[in-house]
Amino acid sequence: MSELKLHDMGDIVLETRDLTKHYGGVHALEGANFILRKGEHVAIMGDNGAGKSTFVRQITAVEQRTRGEVIFDGHAVNFAGPLEAREAGIETVFQNLALADDLDVPSNLFLGREKVLFNLGPFSILDRKAMREATMRGLEKTGVKIPNILNTIRNMSGGQRQCVAIARTAAFHSKLTIMDEPTAALGVQETAQVENIIRTLKKQGEPLILISHNMRQVFDLMDRIVVFRRGRICANLNVAETNPEDVVAYITGAKTGAEYADVA
Amino acid sequence: MAHTTHGIGGLTYDPAKKARPPELNVFIALILIVVAFEAIGRLFLNDSFLFNTRDNVDAIFNWARLNIIILQVSIIGIIAVGVTQVIITGGIDLSSGSVVGATAMIAMSFAQTAVVNGNPNPKAIFGDWAMDLPVIVPVMVGLGCGLAAGLVNGVLIAYTRIPPFIATLGMMVFARGLSRWWSNGNPISFPTEGYAAIGKGMMPVFIFVLLAILFHLILNYTVYGKHTYAIGSNEDAARMSGIKVDRHKLLVYSIAGCLAAVAAIVLSSKNLTAQAGMGIMYELDAIAMAVIGGISLKGGRGSILGTVLGALIFGVIISGFTFVKLDAYYQEMVKGMIIVGAVVLDQWRQRRSTERT
Repeated sequence: MSELKLHDMGDIVLETRDLTKHYGGVHALEGANFILRKGEHVAIMGDNGAGKSTFVRQITAVEQRTRGEVIFDGHAVNFAGPLEAREAGIETVFQNLALADDLDVPSNLFLGREKVLFNLGPFSILDRKAMREATMRGLEKTGVKIPNILNTIRNMSGGQRQCVAIARTAAFHSKLTIMDEPTAALGVQETAQVENIIRTLKKQGEPLILISHNMRQVFDLMDRIVVFRRGRICANLNVAETNPEDVVAYITGAKTGAEYADVA
Repeated sequence: MAHTTHGIGGLTYDPAKKARPPELNVFIALILIVVAFEAIGRLFLNDSFLFNTRDNVDAIFNWARLNIIILQVSIIGIIAVGVTQVIITGGIDLSSGSVVGATAMIAMSFAQTAVVNGNPNPKAIFGDWAMDLPVIVPVMVGLGCGLAAGLVNGVLIAYTRIPPFIATLGMMVFARGLSRWWSNGNPISFPTEGYAAIGKGMMPVFIFVLLAILFHLILNYTVYGKHTYAIGSNEDAARMSGIKVDRHKLLVYSIAGCLAAVAAIVLSSKNLTAQAGMGIMYELDAIAMAVIGGISLKGGRGSILGTVLGALIFGVIISGFTFVKLDAYYQEMVKGMIIVGAVVLDQWRQRRSTERT
């Protein structure tokens, strides 16, 4: 149903061709062809072990792929590690938050890429004011409420921490945000807060890949659903043209997308 | 920027709201301990801990006692400045005391003077070529020794992934052996005038304060400081954020080694001699100062200011025990209890802060 639309919408931000990852004899990911366009919010769904996280790990170069191509921002890329991917503009919000508890919000946002006044190698002087102001702008973009950004992360709620992690993407004008189950550990209110950020990113036209098990969330927020099953993409659905029952059928293998029938 | 509000819903930056600095508690503890000794003195000994009770009216305070307190914590305080940084990264350095001993021996052997009271130096280690060298030579040799010890610690910990406890324990034993082997157990004495000037009078205090201020600024205002805290707080996050964690640890341990070397130079210069066994157990005193100063042994928290205050508390307690005429044996026992007590206090504080959220 969506095959025709693959090439008639805006510019492509990310494309993978035949992306494959084998762990020894285990074919965790097999021939994934995936396209993400500018401003598009795509959900990745699938059972545990279906290859969702493996797929993301190949894109962010946490692991090196066995085969295939990744085209990001118009170029075929071959990142040596997650840092290079980040530098190129792919920002990932991990399930287990990559935050330093004892540092305040600006320090966490700028961890590993601090703004400096003078460059003196490791002893470069920090530009604390610039980082503080950039943090304010970044948080404003996401609409996050944090009582005092100079508090350490330790004293913040799970939702606030997740928001700080997400705010990193906004603060650095990333070209692509990937979120790996960002609300899995959050309460109702905090989940709503994170979902609001995702809506804000949508309004601002920032592309996003969301791994989620939450059907309501995906149908509320996303444009498209890509379903993984046994290491392969088995469906590519427009949210407007499908329903949760259908998606569950794809996830469990009761149904397979017409264009993927040959591989499943 | 007294109070600015931005964006949607109370997104604020308000310096006034910043949590009370933990150093304030340490400072209050310091004052309470001083007051306690003063009270004990007034009530039971008919003497004052802090104030001058002699007949000369020039001085209000008992400067002799205060000078001794500051002087005796200064040299270990220099080590503690390095140890503080190591502990903030979540590591530990057990080798610093023994590195002080070995470095003092080696540096001193290049600082000897050829002629003592008209006779050749009876403690000479090398031939004439090593006599009466300019003071820069022993200082550089000493710093080199400390740097080497720190580099070895750092490589072992960062690159071969040996736990810091084991790596620095090995260095501790090695350095003790080195300091005995260097001169077959003989003391090395009679330094040149230039070398003797380094630790003369209140110089150790001056050097300690200078280094403490320097590293306080470095930890608070540079990328090095930010990364030091980040690594101790969450090493995985630091790595994921692109901090070169291994290289940074190497740097931190090297700096700690150099600071131990500075302590060694000051100590040997002040004592005008170096001998095997010097500096042994200083590492525990240095760790104790940092712990009393509010550092977390889990890493991520603590400050040079805290360690300086911890050093002062440490000095006040030792001096106070002498003041109330407590045996040296008791002093060590109480020292042990203080270290454990400070760690227990830290863990209790951490539990309470996590329960609050």
